[in-house]
Amino acid sequence: MQITLNDYLFVAGTLFAIGLFGVLMRRNLLIIYMSLEMMLQAANLTFVAFSRFNHHMEGQVFVFFVITVAAAEVAVGLALIVALYRLKQTTTVRDLTKLKF
Amino acid sequence: MQPLFFWIFSIGMILCALAVVFNRNAVASALCFTFAICFMAGLFVMLSAFFLAAVQILVTAGAVMVLFLFIIMLLDLSAMEHAPRHWIWMAFSGLLALAFLALIGKTLATLPAMAEPPASYQSQAQVTAFGKTVDQNISQSRIDKGDDTHRIGRLLFATKPAPGETWESFTSYVAPFEITSLLILVATIGIIVLCKQEERPRPHHREEISREAPPVPPVREDREAALKT
Amino acid sequence: MDHYVAWFLLICPLAATIAILLGWHKQPSHAIFASIGSSVLCFLIALTVFAGWVPAPKSFMWIDLPGLQVDFSMILDPLSKGMLLVVTGVGMLVHIFSYGYMEHDPGKGRFFGGLSIFMFSMTGIVLSSNLIMLFIFWEGVGFSSYLLVGFWYERESAAQAANKAFVCNRLADFGFMTGILLFWFLMGTVSVEPNVLAGVYAQHALPWMGSILDNHSVLAASAPSASVATQLGVHANPVLLAIMVVGLFCGCIGKSAMFPLHVWLPDAMEGPTPVSALIHAATMVAAGVYMLCRVFPLLLLSDAGMTVIASIGCLTAVMAALIAVQQNDIKRILAYSTLSQLGYMVMAVGCYAPDAAMFHLTTHAFFKALLFLAAGSVIHALHDEQDIWKMGGLLRKIPLTGITFLIGMLALSGVPPFAGFFSKDYLLSLCFARSPFFYTVGVFTAFLTAFYMTRLVVIAFFGPARTKAAEHPHESPWHMTTPLVILAVLSCIGGFIGLKPYYNGWSTSVVHTINFVTPFPVGEPSLFMEMILPMCVVLLGIGCAWALYHDAQTDPLEGGLFRVLANKFYFDDIYDTYVVGTQQLVARSFAWIDSWIIDGLIIRGAAYVCVGFGELLRLFQTGNLQAYAYVFTLGGLILIYFTLFH
Repeated sequence: MQITLNDYLFVAGTLFAIGLFGVLMRRNLLIIYMSLEMMLQAANLTFVAFSRFNHHMEGQVFVFFVITVAAAEVAVGLALIVALYRLKQTTTVRDLTKLKF
Repeated sequence: MQPLFFWIFSIGMILCALAVVFNRNAVASALCFTFAICFMAGLFVMLSAFFLAAVQILVTAGAVMVLFLFIIMLLDLSAMEHAPRHWIWMAFSGLLALAFLALIGKTLATLPAMAEPPASYQSQAQVTAFGKTVDQNISQSRIDKGDDTHRIGRLLFATKPAPGETWESFTSYVAPFEITSLLILVATIGIIVLCKQEERPRPHHREEISREAPPVPPVREDREAALKT
Repeated sequence: MDHYVAWFLLICPLAATIAILLGWHKQPSHAIFASIGSSVLCFLIALTVFAGWVPAPKSFMWIDLPGLQVDFSMILDPLSKGMLLVVTGVGMLVHIFSYGYMEHDPGKGRFFGGLSIFMFSMTGIVLSSNLIMLFIFWEGVGFSSYLLVGFWYERESAAQAANKAFVCNRLADFGFMTGILLFWFLMGTVSVEPNVLAGVYAQHALPWMGSILDNHSVLAASAPSASVATQLGVHANPVLLAIMVVGLFCGCIGKSAMFPLHVWLPDAMEGPTPVSALIHAATMVAAGVYMLCRVFPLLLLSDAGMTVIASIGCLTAVMAALIAVQQNDIKRILAYSTLSQLGYMVMAVGCYAPDAAMFHLTTHAFFKALLFLAAGSVIHALHDEQDIWKMGGLLRKIPLTGITFLIGMLALSGVPPFAGFFSKDYLLSLCFARSPFFYTVGVFTAFLTAFYMTRLVVIAFFGPARTKAAEHPHESPWHMTTPLVILAVLSCIGGFIGLKPYYNGWSTSVVHTINFVTPFPVGEPSLFMEMILPMCVVLLGIGCAWALYHDAQTDPLEGGLFRVLANKFYFDDIYDTYVVGTQQLVARSFAWIDSWIIDGLIIRGAAYVCVGFGELLRLFQTGNLQAYAYVFTLGGLILIYFTLFH
């Protein structure tokens, strides 16, 4: 059988859905962050698939930048989590309720 | 062969992703995520994005996940391993994820299935021109030479067109590249500032160097007290 | 300089008031000096004005709008000059009398301040040239009446009487204001200068009103052309004119205490006697009649209105006379007598005889002020005793007061040759021309007047002393008896000094200017009607009263009818139950609506609804990050779905 664009897109969508599920369900801040990262990678896959099937390289260039920025963002986010841990002694997201009225 | 590899890589990636989400152990989650990234790199290779596959493994699997593991091990996460699951909340979140998937499926069902083009870009390359026809580039054999790495490189770093290429068909992503490097610099500075701890008092003279242990960071038992702040 | 002298008639009492207000009320001698001085000065200026040596003063423009011009200016025609003399003259005499009467009262500085502001306002009414200015001073006399009636404010009855006077006045002023506004609306001006009124009359008089005008165009030229009514296309139909006339008359109903707002005048006797003499006998209550005479050409525009005026005047006259027959307080009897005589004056105006009304007003001012001041002297002599059944035989004990009182009583009853005879009989004969009914009722009222005045005099001044206190009265000092003597002299010669032809001359000049002809045939009253019949009736009244009360210890007239009279026809009780009761009910229900529905339901309810919504929205702020992410994603999915598939 031929592997069509739709298959790659569906796979990427599934990865995104799993990442979404992880963000919503897990209570540990780090696992949530990892699931968020997973959603980003799903988007990368979508970009590369489109780039391949539409015959232009811009998609890949964009993925290049996305990976770079994602890496920087992960680093900063983890630094923030560490600072938060030092302050609150917890990584459970349910304990962070400063936004509660 | 192609469908087989596609199924192996995609199903592997999906299973690893599920493991990330459902595993109680944080380290196991991180490792499963790393494997998922490797499977995704395989998918990238199948899509002829060799350079990106390599970058993905190097950066995401190699740097980002390692950083994750460092932080997981820095923070004490043993308490969450025995926490009970909230089944209702899981059901709702799962419903939402399934709804998203259904939406994707419905959208895809309306689109025509695009067949996979030939294995490489070599024969009908459109290196830079967006929407340009195939024939227009066939004659530019020098430009055609080079795989996707070459082309990504030229897209990222070229400041003038390649010999045989016109200015009209020239694009370059130098500026975003430089800005991204600036961003990484700023991120680095930011991380250092964020993770700075207060200076511990150090003894200035040799005579006063004591054999006592330096003050330790606050211990686990203070967590409940700290939670109330 | 000449052109400003007349303004001092207003400036002097105003200056005295301000001086007393700003501090002299604590220094009675200064207050008395200011007040009496200003009243004497005003009288002297009034004399020069009357003699014609002082022209009309410069006017000051106040409101100058396209549809309305109101200025501060004075009218100095015979009507206002005559009234001015009466007001300032009687005012001066009352001021001098008050010096002795209020000698022992601690609040006399305040009293003279009130008198001064009253003089200011009353002079303003007499001199004002437009209805707006008149209305301002109208309210001024109402206010000063309130101040002076409630002078002894610690007394509950006095405070309530002051309130009653003010409320009745205010109620009537609502009608008065309606009349003024309708006047402006229909005619485009508020000025009551004689030539302006003549022009207005020329413009609006219709043929059936009984006037034949051959100088119509000349007069119409001096009338204002563009009134709001003409701009709106509304014509002055008889109904609107009748409403205007009745509206203007409402002012008189309040100020001159006509039926049904007569209830305040007897209660206003709670004030000191000089106040009753000045305000409630001679001047303020006459202001209503004066105002009617001033706007007389307007009143001619509505026959129905004139009938209303005459009827109410007639009714008041006879009703007040009936009530006075059974009153026992000397001041109350005189108050009802005032009401009755005011009814006469208003009836005269309603019978197309303003000169008779003004003539009677002037003579009435003389002898009523005399009667009140003499009553004040009696009360002073008996140390504040007002019940006539506790007096007796005063004529021998305090002869000067007694004789002046007697002169006043004869003048009031209409016995020749005193002033009242001339004015009352002239008035009644002119009323006969309008309608014999009015004449008959007037004659009956004259009988009653003679009756109750003789009753008063017989009980209080003749016979033995009825109580211990009445045995030792002391005569008043010279500064209290001098005004009595002056007023007694005026009451004697008032019929002869030329008041009748003076006012007649004014009235005929007005009538000739507008070429007015009465809508009914005017016959010459016979000598019998004019002089003999009323005199017989008066003598009959005096005789009956003498016979009944000559040696009476208590009132021989008992029984149902007389008890009704003694209770003043139960007017006060009816008003209290129905008017005041209804008003309280309405006020209470509105208070309930205000506090429960408007305040509670609407305002606080709205506030609580807002707070409730806030509490509801607060439930969304859980602080749970994942809940926020859930809602966020759900919203995003719904948006994408509706964007792509609908």
